[in-house]
Amino acid sequence: MDWFFTFPQISPEFLLSAKRLIDGSLKVFTRAYGQTIEGFFYPLSRVLIFFENALSSAPWPLVVLAFGALGWFASRRWTIVAGIALTLIAIGLLGLWRDTMMTVSLVLTATIFSIAAGIPLGIVMNRYSRIGAFTKGILDVMQTMPPFVYLIPVVMLLGIGRVPGFIAVVIYAIPPIIRLTDLGIRMVDKEVLEAADAFGCSRSQKLWKVQMPLAIPTVMAGINQTIMMALGMVVIASMIGVQGLGLNVLQAINNQYFTQGILNGFAIVGIAIIFDRISQAYGQRLQAHRGATHD
Amino acid sequence: MTNAGTPIEIRDLYKIFGPAAKAHVAAVRAGMSKEELSARHGHILGLNNINISMPAGKIQVVMGLSGSGKSTLIRHINRLIEPTSGSIMIAGRDVLSMSELDLREFRRTGTAMVFQRFALLPHRTVIDNVTFGLEVRAVDKAKSRDTAMRWIERVGLKGFENRYPTELSGGMQQRVGLARALSNDSAILLMDEAYSALDPLIRTDMQTMLLELQQELNKTIVFITHDLDEALRLGDQIVILRDGSIIQQGSSQDILLRPADDYIERFVKDVNRGRFIRVDALMESPDGRTTIGLPVLKSGTTLEVAGKELADALADAAVVADGSGRPLGVVDLRRILAAL
Repeated sequence: MDWFFTFPQISPEFLLSAKRLIDGSLKVFTRAYGQTIEGFFYPLSRVLIFFENALSSAPWPLVVLAFGALGWFASRRWTIVAGIALTLIAIGLLGLWRDTMMTVSLVLTATIFSIAAGIPLGIVMNRYSRIGAFTKGILDVMQTMPPFVYLIPVVMLLGIGRVPGFIAVVIYAIPPIIRLTDLGIRMVDKEVLEAADAFGCSRSQKLWKVQMPLAIPTVMAGINQTIMMALGMVVIASMIGVQGLGLNVLQAINNQYFTQGILNGFAIVGIAIIFDRISQAYGQRLQAHRGATHD
Repeated sequence: MTNAGTPIEIRDLYKIFGPAAKAHVAAVRAGMSKEELSARHGHILGLNNINISMPAGKIQVVMGLSGSGKSTLIRHINRLIEPTSGSIMIAGRDVLSMSELDLREFRRTGTAMVFQRFALLPHRTVIDNVTFGLEVRAVDKAKSRDTAMRWIERVGLKGFENRYPTELSGGMQQRVGLARALSNDSAILLMDEAYSALDPLIRTDMQTMLLELQQELNKTIVFITHDLDEALRLGDQIVILRDGSIIQQGSSQDILLRPADDYIERFVKDVNRGRFIRVDALMESPDGRTTIGLPVLKSGTTLEVAGKELADALADAAVVADGSGRPLGVVDLRRILAAL
């Protein structure tokens, strides 16, 4: 009855040799191709550095003005603009301006990339049900796998720095935009779709004239989620050499500096609220006329 | 100039819902009932041996309660639903054997549809909704705006062209739906319970508007409804469906005066017959009777009006005459009362 109480496992020797084999070949692969892969990501690294420099070396009043203008464009409400300006000024006064700009630049580039890749993926996922089912599985893994695990091969291949940080953030932040693009298209009123068919729409006419415009409020919710996820990832990304607010928090954890931790934490919360209000207000304004058939 | 209607010939049309629909057509043809098909094979019989000749330029009403298959039937005419077997001939072509591209072209130019819940695009203004069909066909922008404006005016929405659908009442939204369909200028207009979601008074207005429009347009209109009053008012020809089969087809007079079975009789019982039955259906040949001095009723007069005129004239019979005054027959008060 021994087998009944102890789980009959694969022999430890076999497992060990398998693990060694996989890790060993990954190492060999890294030694052989690491350079090439790093070269492949070099343009990305230039782009990240460019954005980071642009934001952190820009004159601060200009940055505050730009974010204020973005807030006005998105919401048309002065309270939101004032909130954005005050939050940024408070962050600056606490000496966190440079770090904040680094974090913002990473979050923004990761978000832009996620949107650019995620919306088309969501459309494809919606159109082809097989790919959809497959993608859903991958997204489930991406959203639940602890980030440290997929960071291991990324760090092995690319070392530490901006590019692996960016990749980690994108892996973590891209699922909501893909899922919500797919959901938004699926939620479009059946009768409206029937009308599109009855008037002889081709597939692409139906997508661009009917489905996508009606899916936009849901897609905006996805963008909002993506930004929030990207911000949530900055502390973990700091473990692989991403500078900014996350790194300060990491140092605070390691050295038990409570005040440093909480100040940087609040700075992250501050920019999270700014991004959230901007994207939500914009989403709501887009929704102004759609109440009736898109519920 | 607008496109006048073309006839629609529906022949041996069957629709069975389920994974192996085709395999069961033969059994249904041989007389298997809807219940048996559902219980033994898990398939739903949607339409059973439908044969209708819809005349060109007339309003064909398809009436039935929910689940009768009327919405399924109208969706076969532009093939939003694929048939299981049968044919639908329009202008010499079978809609059911068109290729995907042909079908798209046919939907763009040959038909236009009005929907029960309007199915407008909420992100577009009234005028952008009305031009939708033309935009899909890549008609020149300025030209399609002109067309759209004309129809917006014609359905009484002038001044609302830059509003959004959510800013309009249900009746106005359906006017937009109608203008969108009419802008397509197709020979066939499909109206799927187009007025069922509207208030009774607005519904009557919309019916009047449709009848007025039809006088000048002469399109082939297929109108789906569950309301017998609406069917009798609009239909040049009426088909009554039940459980996917036709149980009677004919004019409003046929259905009111000669209901095919108990089911239809029950329907017809509550209708205001005086408003729909016309003197033509009751008149007799005048032979052997003197028609001099009798009041004259125009052909097409309803019994309601005829009764009132006879009472006013203190007569117990009247001559029925056509538009040019030629007598067609005689109708007397007793027959009118009997028919009511």
